[in-house]
Parts: sequence; C-alpha cells; structure tokens
Amino acid sequence: MSESQTTDGALVRVERVEKVFHRGSEDIHVLSDLSLEVPAREFLALMGPSGSGKSTLLNLIGGLDRPTKGTVTVGGERVDELSDRELAHWRARHVGFIFQLYNLMPVLNAEQNVELPLLLTHLSKAERREHVRAALDVVGLSNRAKHFPRTLSGGEQQRVGIARGIVTDPTILLCDEPTGDLDRKAGDGILDLLQALNREHGKTIIMVTHDPHASKRAARTVYLDKGQLGNEPLQ
Amino acid sequence: MKFAHLIWCNLKRKKLRTFLTLLSILVAFVLFGMLMAIKQALSGGVQLAGADRLMVRDKVSIIQFLPVSYKARMERIPGVALATHQTWFGGVYQDPKNFFMQNPVIPGEFLEMHPEFILPPEQKKAWLQTRTGAIVGRKTADRFHWKIGGKVPIKSAIFPKDGGDGVWVFDIVGIFEGREKGTDTTPMFFRYDYFDEARSSWAKGQVGWYTIRVQDPAKAAEIAKRVDQEFANSSSETKTEPEGAFLQGWASQICNITLIVSSILGAVFFTMLLVSGNTMSQSVRERTGELGVQKAIGFTNAQIVSLVLAESCLLTTLGAVLGLGLAWMLTSRGDPTGGLLPLFYLPVPDLFIGLGISLVLGVATGFFPALGAMRLRVADALRRM
Repeated sequence: MSESQTTDGALVRVERVEKVFHRGSEDIHVLSDLSLEVPAREFLALMGPSGSGKSTLLNLIGGLDRPTKGTVTVGGERVDELSDRELAHWRARHVGFIFQLYNLMPVLNAEQNVELPLLLTHLSKAERREHVRAALDVVGLSNRAKHFPRTLSGGEQQRVGIARGIVTDPTILLCDEPTGDLDRKAGDGILDLLQALNREHGKTIIMVTHDPHASKRAARTVYLDKGQLGNEPLQ
Repeated sequence: MKFAHLIWCNLKRKKLRTFLTLLSILVAFVLFGMLMAIKQALSGGVQLAGADRLMVRDKVSIIQFLPVSYKARMERIPGVALATHQTWFGGVYQDPKNFFMQNPVIPGEFLEMHPEFILPPEQKKAWLQTRTGAIVGRKTADRFHWKIGGKVPIKSAIFPKDGGDGVWVFDIVGIFEGREKGTDTTPMFFRYDYFDEARSSWAKGQVGWYTIRVQDPAKAAEIAKRVDQEFANSSSETKTEPEGAFLQGWASQICNITLIVSSILGAVFFTMLLVSGNTMSQSVRERTGELGVQKAIGFTNAQIVSLVLAESCLLTTLGAVLGLGLAWMLTSRGDPTGGLLPLFYLPVPDLFIGLGISLVLGVATGFFPALGAMRLRVADALRRM
C-alpha cells in the first residue's frame, strides 16, 4: 500500500459508517453515519469521552472489525470487503498497532516481541534481526533488547510496543490511548517519539486519546461523541 | 521453524503446570511401553511361529502324553515333510526360582524343524556325538554363566532320573543364538534317547507333543484334519493346529493379554486426554488477550490454530519420547521375572505406535482450545488483555 491514496488524496476514507453491536435483544448504535478522511502523513488525534466509539472507529480503520453499514477504504483498498484471511495479511503488511496496555508477550524479551510481526514475512533470520535492531534504535531501547517486559518500566514497555508497531514499516500507525497508562513524563517521551515518527519518517498516525495534552501533539484533532464526529468538543 | 521459539516459550509459561502434565504423560507412556513388552512376552512367539508348522497334542490336554510311535504314522501321512517331538521336562537349576524351559528332542530333526535357532556346525556335531549333551540358548547361558564344556545339574519334578538323587547332569556342548530379535533364547534342549533311557519306567515311550512340517502351508488345515483322523478312536486322540494358534492358545491360558492391554491403555490415555486437554484449555484461556494481539498484528486463524496444535503436540510428544525412552531402558534389562517372560522386550514398531498415539493425543487435546482461539474476535480479545 505504501503511501497509495484515494483519488482525492486521502489515505484513509471512512464513509457513512454505522456500527451496531447486538447485546441480547438490544441493539447498541456506537457509530452512526460517520465519515472521516485522513490524508497520508497526517498525525490525527481522535478525542472523545469513554464509550463514544473512538476505539471502535480505530478498529474499523485497522481492519479488526467490520462496519454494519458504510465503507472503510485505506490506501485505496476496501478494508470492509476483505475476508478474515485477507484482513490478517493486510494488517500484517500495512498497519502498526500501539495499545494502551502495551500488550507485549510476557514470555518473550523485548527484541523477540518486536520480531513477532516479522515472523509473518519472508525475511531471513539475519534480516529480521537487522530490522529489529533498527526499530529498537528508533525508540532508543537497543540496550534493553534482551529484557523481558516485567523488567521494563511502563514507558519502556510502550517503546517496545511502538518498535513492534513500526518494525514492518507500515504506512499507518493506529494508537489506542498510547499514554493512557503512563505518567506525564513517560507519556511525553512517547508523544515525542510518535511526533518524530510522523515528521521524520512520514508515518500516518491516528491516535485515540481523551487527554487534551496528548492531542495537542497531533496536527489535527477530531472529536467523537455519541457516534458523531466534530471538529470541536460537543457540549 | 521460525515459530518454534514462540511455541516453546508458550509451553514454558507455567513451568510447574507443564512439568506436572509432562510427568503424567511420561508415566502413561512408561506404562504403555511396559505393557507392550508384556504383550510381546506373552504373544511374541505367535508372531514368529512358522507358517508351515503344525502342533499335535493330546486332544484332552497338553499335559497328557502321546506315544512316541505316532511319529512314524504321522510321517506317512501325505503332505507331511517331517515330524518330531518334544516333552516338557519342567526342571530347575540349583534353586526353584531358576526356572526355564528344558525339553528332550531328537537333535538332527529338531534343528531341521527350527531354523530360527542358530547353532554353529561344530557344536551341532558335538551334540550328535554326546548322549548327555545339551544345547542352551544365549540368554540362559549368560544368565548362569554357562560355558561349553561345563556340566549342569537339572532337577525335574516330573521326570526324576531313574536311581540316584533324581538329578540329571548334562554336558553343555552348544550355545545357540536366535535368528531374529524375538526368538526365545532361554530354553535348553537335550537328547531324547538319553532322556528316555534314563527316566523312570512309568513314562517311557511317551512324549509331550509333536511338531509337523507340511510340504505346502496352503494345505496345512487339510493335513491337520488328516492327522487327527489318523488317530481318531485311539487311546490318545490328537488335536492338530497351526503353531501360531497353538502358541496363542498357550498364551490365552494365562489371560487375554490383548484385551487387558487395550483396556488399561484405553483408560490411561483417556485420562491423559482430560489432563492434557485441561492444561491446554487453561493455557489458551489465560492468553486470550495475547492471541488477540497476535491476530491484530497479522496472524491468520490458520496460523493461530497451528500454533496451539503444535504446542499441544509438542507437549504430548515430549512426554511420549521421555516415557518411551524410559520404558526402553527398563525393558532392555530383560525379563524381570527370572524366566517366566523370556521374550520380554519393547518392540521397535511399538515405539512408533506410541509416538503415533502421542500425536493423536496432541491433536485431540489441542483441538478445542485451538478452535476457541480461532473463533476469538480480535476486538473482544484485546479488551480482555
């Protein structure tokens, strides 16, 4: 996909998306007739209160879930039409995920965690090692490569998570509350890193957050509430 | 192979749980190995039985004797190539616990009838020339440290030697080897002429059973019928059957070993299925979130299923290899009963059967956890992290 965009220049295009969850006999409308465009190389913050549908929208863009209605196009590819298998391959090639709770594998050390997405590629062991080293260099954790998650601080674990997210050189990085579990200082370090990835490496980043301090680092912020998007927080 | 490290690390996640499961699988396969060795000991002779050999015994019971004069009549029956006899001697060496089979035979005929026993020509010659000569199998020779040229006293409860203290003294003139691994090399054979002359008069001219070689194995059943017809309505009617069936009947007098082994192993492996299945289920349930992460970064459902199945198969196969290895070591020490189970060993094909069972067990125990992991929705799984 690298950098391929839709005809009007948007890398991500969400059109008239509706997402309904079924809980028993009850239908829960999380997203309603929502549209969004994200140009390539943009750093977008997606804000909103808990339960507003931020993570659901991120999951739809990242191909982790499918919309009930509407279309999701990323890099010119209709993500909502891909089969489970195609989606898995698509995610492996094009999307880097960064989670609030880092979601590292506790049985693997830092470099093994970073290597995980590369196991799905055809790279040789030496090439994988080289990519892992480069990714850990970018996040400044080369000296902690052999450490297991339990021996790393929260900030360090999130850096490993980011290294894992960028190691396959995806075009889009999807961050779900990346600083939500960190103190201010560690959180700032992570935001610096994301900014650098956007500015210096040209990564398109969509970051879900409810922290205004974090959203200020993004080039653009959109607000989501009750399944609707706006450019200002809804009152 | 690049996923091997991931599989191994997942297995080591809860070391104590994995160790205990591994230990239970190991014990199950040790039991499997020992039972297979016992089965081999009790039924191994059946597999090695000659297809062209018939056994003729008294119709009422094997413990009833048959007249030695039957030999000539059997050899006159069309289709019979050779007939020779043996008699159960039932002796012990020095101590009652030193029990093994010793039978009086006609040396030349016996060796012709049983090519599975390999005796060097010079030893055969010595046996033919020595009336008190006996040949003994390698296992028993090694067990009692007997050498060629030695004299061995054997005391028989059935046939005390006429006069004296009833102890028979034999000259060891040969030590035979088995042609195949399963060939029993515990018996001792000595000359019938010496035996018949020196035994008490009450049993002279009587033998235990006959072995017949037929010219055409395809006609074995027909010849067996003719033999039994030949001696019908005599004082010692016969029952003739293929050697394999005879040995099977002999083993069945002890027990239905196949049924017993199958029942025990069925129960053991069913328990194993529950133990290993529980371990795998717990292990997969504990890392629902991690599986979600793996799926999010691009692992397909097929890859997730393969990883879970590989993990369960690795667990069961590792336990099986260790268990079968231990069973191999234990059974390679030979007959633990001191002579009752001369063919006690773990056959190589059974090792492969054991490994096959471990793989089936691995797939069966990993199937439902793998299915659960496959059906996991990524978004739901990530929420459980």
